[in-house]
Amino acid sequence: MDNVIIDLQHVSHSYDGKQVLDDINLQIRQGEFVTLLGPSGCGKTTTLRLIAGFLSPEEGSILLEGKNLKDVPPYKRPLNTVFQRYALFPHLDVYDNIAFGLKLQKVPSDEIDKRVRKVLKMVSMTDYEDRNVDSLSGGQQQRVAIARALVNQPKVLLLDEPLAALDLKMRKDMQIELKEMHKKLGITFIYVTHDQEEALTLSDTIVVMDRGRIQQVGTPTDIYNEPKNSFVADFIGESNILNGLMIKDRRVRFAGYEFDCVDEGFGENAPVDVVVRPEDVQIRKDQSKSMFFGTVTSCTFKGVYYQLFVNTETGYELMAQDFRQFEVGSRVGLCILPENIQVMNTERICNTFEATVVDENHVEFLSYEFECGHADLPAGSKALVTVSFGKVDLMDHQEDGMIAGEVSSILYKGDHYHITVLLDSGDYIYADTQDIWDKGDLVGVNILPQDINVARADD
Amino acid sequence: MMKKILAKAYIWLIIILLYSPLVFIAVFSFTESRVLGNWTGFSLRLYENLFSGGMQGAGSLLSAVENTLLIAVAAATVSTALGTIAAIGVHNMKGKLKNTIQFMNGIPMINPDVITGVSLFLLFVFLHFSQGYLTVILAHITFCTPYVVLSVLPKLSQMNPNIYEAALDLGATPAQALRKVMIPQLKPGMVSGFILAFTMSLDDFAVTFFTRGTIGLDTLSTYIYTDARKGGLTPELRPLMTLIFFIILILLVVINVRQPKQSKSIKG
Repeated sequence: MDNVIIDLQHVSHSYDGKQVLDDINLQIRQGEFVTLLGPSGCGKTTTLRLIAGFLSPEEGSILLEGKNLKDVPPYKRPLNTVFQRYALFPHLDVYDNIAFGLKLQKVPSDEIDKRVRKVLKMVSMTDYEDRNVDSLSGGQQQRVAIARALVNQPKVLLLDEPLAALDLKMRKDMQIELKEMHKKLGITFIYVTHDQEEALTLSDTIVVMDRGRIQQVGTPTDIYNEPKNSFVADFIGESNILNGLMIKDRRVRFAGYEFDCVDEGFGENAPVDVVVRPEDVQIRKDQSKSMFFGTVTSCTFKGVYYQLFVNTETGYELMAQDFRQFEVGSRVGLCILPENIQVMNTERICNTFEATVVDENHVEFLSYEFECGHADLPAGSKALVTVSFGKVDLMDHQEDGMIAGEVSSILYKGDHYHITVLLDSGDYIYADTQDIWDKGDLVGVNILPQDINVARADD
Repeated sequence: MMKKILAKAYIWLIIILLYSPLVFIAVFSFTESRVLGNWTGFSLRLYENLFSGGMQGAGSLLSAVENTLLIAVAAATVSTALGTIAAIGVHNMKGKLKNTIQFMNGIPMINPDVITGVSLFLLFVFLHFSQGYLTVILAHITFCTPYVVLSVLPKLSQMNPNIYEAALDLGATPAQALRKVMIPQLKPGMVSGFILAFTMSLDDFAVTFFTRGTIGLDTLSTYIYTDARKGGLTPELRPLMTLIFFIILILLVVINVRQPKQSKSIKG
């Protein structure tokens, strides 16, 4: 890999004691269009700001063409940034905004003139050079911002959600233009977005991030077709994500049925996550060719196709797509082909916490002293506590719970919701529930004594 | 309809109450009478006296005017620089510290001038500072700076937070970014801060009175104070005040008219 231009090695960073990046390792090749994709707060913008030099990493190092950037201030890095809210200089006109960097480098003025006109042409903003930047539309301002960055001929162009403030139509047009610019210029683009469709459209490589960690790196097709975990599957596109059990190689059980699949190497009777894209849930008119049956609960026209929700006879809800319309309440046959079943390692099968035994009926974890059935361990000793997802009770009011937190993500698993709660202590707890919660809901968390399993810590 | 008329009448009443003393002085600057309020016919005599120095104590009046302007310009300039830097610092702070500093910034503005004056007087005595020009200017800077901070802060929060970083990104050193990007952005706030500081310094009496020492330094306000105690105002003060008022009025009008145009035509 001698054509690596940017190399992030074990980069970690935190704000006010909160870890935002946790051991990021990423190599970006010369000329690549790389997108950092993730929900807000996943660390993607922090990563970009570290590369640009507005922040310096607490741990780890960032290399540009093999050279450590540690002591290189942002104004000496051969990188340029396009900011989300353009950040044009309102006291300068279009020409002077673009010429800003060149003038600082003391480039002769006829050379500046030539280069400014060239980039203006490239972003199709010729004849706008004397315009005041405040008089431009959002799209035009963004073009000027791109021109202002490109005129310096950076080795890497950093783009921080550059299209987020534009309306849909303009966003689509700009996506195409950006892609063409990238092809023509051949420089490396590092693009930050939370819009998965944008990432799929633009990128050579997508880096999916969540909670300060890289979840998956791959081409758009890899990421879409072979998501590594349920987060990626849920974040990219629409999907049915279900708990599954790998019976043996090439045989998986989920949604109450057994299916042939193409995955192997998970072991026997291993719990897994299964992803099936809605377009891969086939609806069969000929019921004899169906693998299982269900009842249509909703059918919505989406332009090119109908989006259906089907309740299986085993009580799971599946999302499907079809070109035909189906009556709500009608019984349909369903079929999922082996190659369309994506089996993934499940990240966790129950909540696990490090704990300290207080006495034989109490154990402390998550900064709270819980009552437990019976702890067969001496007081003061370290223990490992497990609580299954279904036994974590979420309450409407924080004060009703033993511990308090905030819903940080929700994953629908066909017959229940898998909820991630960020506790006030900074830890995460996971709960399976039938109730509907929204991201950001403040919840109280309760666990009954008999549901707390205490085991000796292995070390 | 009735409400509208009442509202208008109220505004006019306020304006008349505010401006009648000024008009009064201006009108009576065009008559010769030594006693204010006696109209003895139109005359430009007082203006003539003022400029030719043909009145008693002319020298000390003119030097008081000179001192006032010098002190005001010096104090306003220094506090504009200090206040702008302080505002940038405060703006980049977070949470409790920011609130505390902003609260502390407000104290010199609310604090009665007499107390500011006395405490500065005591401070200078304690430090064995010989009082005179320098102490007056330092004292004025003390109470002017918070006004500059207050007028620059809103400009900073209006500013796109990425602008400074954009300048760095394009190759500007922090000093260049400050000069070429931040200051042009903050200019309107700095100008209004300067004017505020200038006028605050111009009409200050109490602080000047306590910090001017015993070298006989007089500003306009202390001069008028001593003059009035000597038995009646010198009549030439009337044209002087009229002139000052009109100069400041013209200054304000010019600034107000220029500002909208400025934002379009400034070039770095």
